[in-house]
Amino acid sequence: MTTYSLNINNQNIVVDVDPDTPMLWVLRDSLDMVGTKFGCGAGACGACTVHINGAAVRSCQLPVSAVGEANITTIEGLAYDATKLHPVQEAWLAHDVAQCGYCQPGQMMSAAALLSQNPNPSDADIDAFMQGNICRCGTYTRIREAIKTAAKA
Amino acid sequence: MEILKTSFGRRSFLKASAAGGGLALSFNLATAPNALAADAKSAPSEWFELNAVLSIQPSGAIQVRVQNPEFGQGLMTTFPMIAAEELEANWEDVTSVTAPYDQSRYKMQLSGGSWSTSMNYPGLRMAGATALHMLKTAAANAWNVPVEDVNAANSVLSHSGGKTATYGEMAAAAAILPVPEKVALKDKKDFSIIGTSRKNLTGSQVVKGDSLFGIDVREKDMLRAVVVHAPAFGLTVDSFDAESVKRMPGIHDVFTIKMYPDDLVRGFSDVAAFREVIAIVGDHTWQLMKAKKALKVNWKVEDSYSFTSSDFFGNQNKVTVPKGLEDTATHNAIMAAMVETGEMETKRKDGDPMAAFANAAKVVEHTYHAPFLAHNTLEPMNFYADVKEDSAMLIGPHQGPMLIHNTVAAHIGLPAEKIDFKMTRMGGGFGRRLYPHWATEVSLISQRVKRPVHLIYTREDDMTVGVYRPSYTIKMRAALDANNKIIGYHVRSAGTPEACSFPNRFPAGAIDNYLWEESPNVSNITVGAFRAPNSNFMASAEQSFLDELAEAMGADPIQMRLDLLKRAQENPVGTDNDYDAVRYASVLELARDKSDWNNRGDKNMGVAAYFCHNSYCCNIVDIDMKNGLPVINSVTSALDCGQVVNYEGAINMAQGGIVDGVGISMFGEMTFVEGQPQHKNLDTYRMVRINESPRAIDVHFVKNEHGPTGLGEPPMPPTPPALANAMYKATGHRFRNQPFITDLETLKS
Ligand code: FES
Ligand code: FES
Repeated sequence: MTTYSLNINNQNIVVDVDPDTPMLWVLRDSLDMVGTKFGCGAGACGACTVHINGAAVRSCQLPVSAVGEANITTIEGLAYDATKLHPVQEAWLAHDVAQCGYCQPGQMMSAAALLSQNPNPSDADIDAFMQGNICRCGTYTRIREAIKTAAKA
Repeated sequence: MEILKTSFGRRSFLKASAAGGGLALSFNLATAPNALAADAKSAPSEWFELNAVLSIQPSGAIQVRVQNPEFGQGLMTTFPMIAAEELEANWEDVTSVTAPYDQSRYKMQLSGGSWSTSMNYPGLRMAGATALHMLKTAAANAWNVPVEDVNAANSVLSHSGGKTATYGEMAAAAAILPVPEKVALKDKKDFSIIGTSRKNLTGSQVVKGDSLFGIDVREKDMLRAVVVHAPAFGLTVDSFDAESVKRMPGIHDVFTIKMYPDDLVRGFSDVAAFREVIAIVGDHTWQLMKAKKALKVNWKVEDSYSFTSSDFFGNQNKVTVPKGLEDTATHNAIMAAMVETGEMETKRKDGDPMAAFANAAKVVEHTYHAPFLAHNTLEPMNFYADVKEDSAMLIGPHQGPMLIHNTVAAHIGLPAEKIDFKMTRMGGGFGRRLYPHWATEVSLISQRVKRPVHLIYTREDDMTVGVYRPSYTIKMRAALDANNKIIGYHVRSAGTPEACSFPNRFPAGAIDNYLWEESPNVSNITVGAFRAPNSNFMASAEQSFLDELAEAMGADPIQMRLDLLKRAQENPVGTDNDYDAVRYASVLELARDKSDWNNRGDKNMGVAAYFCHNSYCCNIVDIDMKNGLPVINSVTSALDCGQVVNYEGAINMAQGGIVDGVGISMFGEMTFVEGQPQHKNLDTYRMVRINESPRAIDVHFVKNEHGPTGLGEPPMPPTPPALANAMYKATGHRFRNQPFITDLETLKS
């Protein structure tokens, strides 16, 4: 086990884990931050998406030893503060996107990263960026609409 | 106005407590479920329980306990809507929580078969109406006026004399009143909540990433566990090296668990291909995953064996599991031969089908095939158990704890009443979470290590452990006379290890000479319910075939179906036809009109309609081909599922079913070589993604006087054949084998 000092949602957090532990399991098991989901562990479903310095990253593929000083944002830290949700979260509510909801933290993290680099994405941009996030319940048409609503916010 | 007797449910459903008359039960907000604690409406810490479903706080907050488990079908919102309608509640006051698992108070705590809403509709209305009556009575007593003179609207009670009180103010007095013997239900025309759109009550918890799912369970002193099962169906554990893995960091123990005591009669859902699995118990999921990889196991071929199984009604029968390492190629060859010349069991025969075929001017016949499918709920199987000597607590995502309660009890040797369940939200169900094997496993593991344990399956475990959608081959034949009238219809249905069996569905009843035959091909690969069981492929075979038949007849595919339905309505063949021909026709007509089918010109449109789970659905798919793949411009869906409770939620559900139909038919496929599943994770098992899903899905509902019927399943089955029929229009190729991607790739090259 090795000690790491991490920046998660603007807080400094110290964990003691094996160096090859994916960030996903540091969040879920060491820190009980369960908003980031496990879907495949193979980088193929997007359920575990977090932001590393603002970019969407699959946390199941990211060993804790590779994180260093980077800023990690998880779904728990996506809202601006306790009273103000991120525009993507607001849009998800406005379109009532979720069914089971399991994929949705990962979908929203990807969507927020997309909008931060492309504030006005076309359908094609959305499809290209969001392909890595599976929704088993099939909420894709609503995800597209919600991203467009969030872009206007 | 409908008057409902409440007495049948008084003891189980409605009573607040055992003490005569009904006693207010209160509990501390601190111990209330998370949903409420998070959203507490600044209140004294008491809830007044009016019945098993409803409680009201003095602040006016109304809590609805949702008795069926939620997996995305929206019960946490639709159930409260139904109760709130009759309660005349202000919707803003309403919150919902998952009810406790309690078979003495709730019936059928099971989500499956698209029946949750239809089955609970009368009971939830009654819960709302009786609670309202008790509130009105409390007000009448306080104001000394006749109860008939008390009005209620938007959570406020009033009397023409000027007195008013909120529900919150009357809750305490109401909760100690007796439950009325009879209540009046509202007229449908007065509904103001049922049949509108309401936002999902759990929406804000979902978008914040709150702990809602079974996989999020974190209990005190909990260990974690993984299991290792044989890599191929037909293999079992021979020996393994526990010691080297036990030395790895964070690993507490490694041992095998035997799933089935010798004399155990298996419940009908007690499906598990692997009777002995290796459990690894430790601290941290990642350490367990590493241990799982490092564990060295020798496997051996398992002999054929038999067990006794008990069906839903308790009838026992003996099941023999064959020995062997099976291949998809062999399955397919066996089923192909079966539908041609194999012995089959006749399930329905009308008229003289053989004579009709002998006298036919033209015979149309085609064979349709579908592979095994893995459910791949996005949340992998997991469960928590704390098994003590004389009691146990199980927590987790399950579609029907009532189904598995006795099973788990039998496996761990405790009386069922000593085992408590807590239901969590599920990250998808699709039928996969009707089976108990992982709950059994974690219970046995906890019993052995004498600690609370959370078992988690990796995606690979989840995908390779079995309980798949069966693989099917179905041969469809029709006999036409010289005027292109259908004079005979013949289905030969084969499946591994189960065949589709719907002998009494359309077009049975519309054709004089009709024959349905079927036969299973036994296998040691386990299967189970998959969203719209059997319908999920029967619709493809039947509705693709009808399209081919319409073409052979020179008829419009919709008009041809309507003509058959007219026959079935006016002069049905046989008496036990499953469907209502008028309702069936209404969805075809609605979809035809909404999609402007009759003016489709050169558009590549395909149609299919199907009846299942007491509902009717017609989907019309409009596509263009781009780079050899379909781009789905739109899906127009017409549904008759009776009374719609929450429109927006219902549309979402239908859209999801349609996307699922596209996904499984375009890409879904599990194959086997020497018993080994050939796909182990989502990198090679293809699921539909956003770029492959329809650009638009327009959902329309038939308005009628029927109560709610199924919705979670019916929109899916007609999607694959509508897509196949549209792709035929675009390419001239008939897509008879799923997944369609295989033929599409061949066409490209
Ligand atoms: S869990 Fe990381 S991509 Fe699926
Ligand atoms: S909402 Fe269920 S997986 Fe997306």
